[in-house]
Amino acid sequence: MLKASEALVTLENAGFERAEQWLVRGVDLTVRRGEIVTLIGPNGSGKSTTAKLALGIHKPTEGAARRSSGLNVGYVPQKVSVDRTLPLSVRRFMRLTKRLDDHQMEEALEATGIAHLANAEVRTLSGGEFQRAMLARAIAVRPDFMVLDEPVQGVDFSGEIALYELISRIRDDLGCGILLISHDLHVVMAATDQVICLNGHICCKGSPDMVAESAEYRQLFGDRATAALAIYRHNHDHTHLPDGRVRHLDGTITDHCHPDDGHHEHHGHDGHHAAHQHDGPEPGTKPEDDGA
Amino acid sequence: MLDDFFTRAVVAGVGVALVAAPLGCFVVWRRLAYFGDTLSHAALLGVALAFLLDLNITLAVFLVCAGVAVALVLLQRRATLSSDSLLGLLAHSSLALGLVVLAFMTWIRMDLMGFLFGDILAVSKADIGIIYLGGIAVLIVLALIWNPLFAATVNRELADAEGMKPARTNLIFMLLMATVIAISMKIVGVLLITALLIIPAATARRFATGPEQMAVVAAVVGVAAVVSGLFGSLTWDTPSGPSIVVAALVFFLVSLSPLAGLLMRTSRPVQGEKS
Repeated sequence: MLKASEALVTLENAGFERAEQWLVRGVDLTVRRGEIVTLIGPNGSGKSTTAKLALGIHKPTEGAARRSSGLNVGYVPQKVSVDRTLPLSVRRFMRLTKRLDDHQMEEALEATGIAHLANAEVRTLSGGEFQRAMLARAIAVRPDFMVLDEPVQGVDFSGEIALYELISRIRDDLGCGILLISHDLHVVMAATDQVICLNGHICCKGSPDMVAESAEYRQLFGDRATAALAIYRHNHDHTHLPDGRVRHLDGTITDHCHPDDGHHEHHGHDGHHAAHQHDGPEPGTKPEDDGA
Repeated sequence: MLDDFFTRAVVAGVGVALVAAPLGCFVVWRRLAYFGDTLSHAALLGVALAFLLDLNITLAVFLVCAGVAVALVLLQRRATLSSDSLLGLLAHSSLALGLVVLAFMTWIRMDLMGFLFGDILAVSKADIGIIYLGGIAVLIVLALIWNPLFAATVNRELADAEGMKPARTNLIFMLLMATVIAISMKIVGVLLITALLIIPAATARRFATGPEQMAVVAAVVGVAAVVSGLFGSLTWDTPSGPSIVVAALVFFLVSLSPLAGLLMRTSRPVQGEKS
């Protein structure tokens, strides 16, 4: 764990101005090896801009952005639209920026659950499948530093959990630093080391539990959001397979899982405020629904 | 049957088609058709300056096109006008400037139609040398930047984040475009160069499962269009450039027909489809 403290990317009082408007200002942020930093915040709060500052796509208008040299970067942008005229298979897309051997590629596609789509044309993929392909591409190169801008958008709920698990497993296996932008307050992983709450500037930051209880967070998202911030703990006794079936700790595979089906010794999901049920989030607990 | 000038034209045209096709794929993928048009309009200003300053025409056209490309990048950075307005401004003002400068040089008797629509008779051995030397240089550079350029075409920010330096790659690509326009002007003419870039690539799209494959198919289509177009031009005494473009159009229409779809389905079973 000696290397764990190595800072991969540092933003110091970084701000970015475009068309005489500050998109984000005064951001201090460090992503270290083996660390997951999660950015949350409302629309237009500068989450993606902060990520682009960290990646060097934007040069900070004020302050500084530092990356350690020779960093192998994996990036999942928020939005990628592939032009209809581009003949691009998933296989070719995987090799977009780096050389990969077949084994690395298949392993990454397997991990994100789309191994069967390797030869499909990218434009024929559904939104969720394309997100999986983008994540597969980012992890296949065994990056030192990954930026995941809403990596699970459009992915179905059980797949979402599986992908978040995959992300923390990759962090553990590769020891890479991850900057994660979450579109969904419901699921801020327990694996996250630090949550940074943005709204044009840093409102508050700290461990997921600390942020959930802070006054700034409540002010930004409203009281109901506090109840909604379920901190997802991944101490399950079962895994959701890409095809929808469930593999239990004892190795059996079933179509569904129920607390009393004999495969569970204790509750797999330990939601923070019980807002996060196994079947999905309760409608109405999303802060976006408040109209606030 | 084959007169000497005609052999020269075919050899030159094939060289141009081989270079234009892979670049044309990028023009199609990146939606740069109007950029190609702008550069080729500017080419006429290059011709005028070549006469005025007694320069080699190909060199002058390359310099003017490269200058317009760089001007476009700089103007885009200032970003007070949208890209298509800037392109229209550059295209037509350089074309107008070229025509005005040519009109002033009353001592020069030149065939404007030849520059606008191409002229088989104008192809000399020196032209063939320039086309092949320039063309090979363009293809080598394109092969070197292929991966970063393609990555930047799919998503510029992704390419930037993962160290592919898209700004530099884009600049090199624009210079390659300027080169291709300079060397292909005599064959197809200023007004029709963009067609030679786009139509073979558009024809190839239907048959391609990968970007590299699409470039190769486009090259084959381009060569076929040049050869058949030039034969048509000789047979019916039509201008070379339009004849080549009409031939390319015929190939494109054939690629849209059900016959081509049938051919494609038998040669490429299920691949590229979701299982």
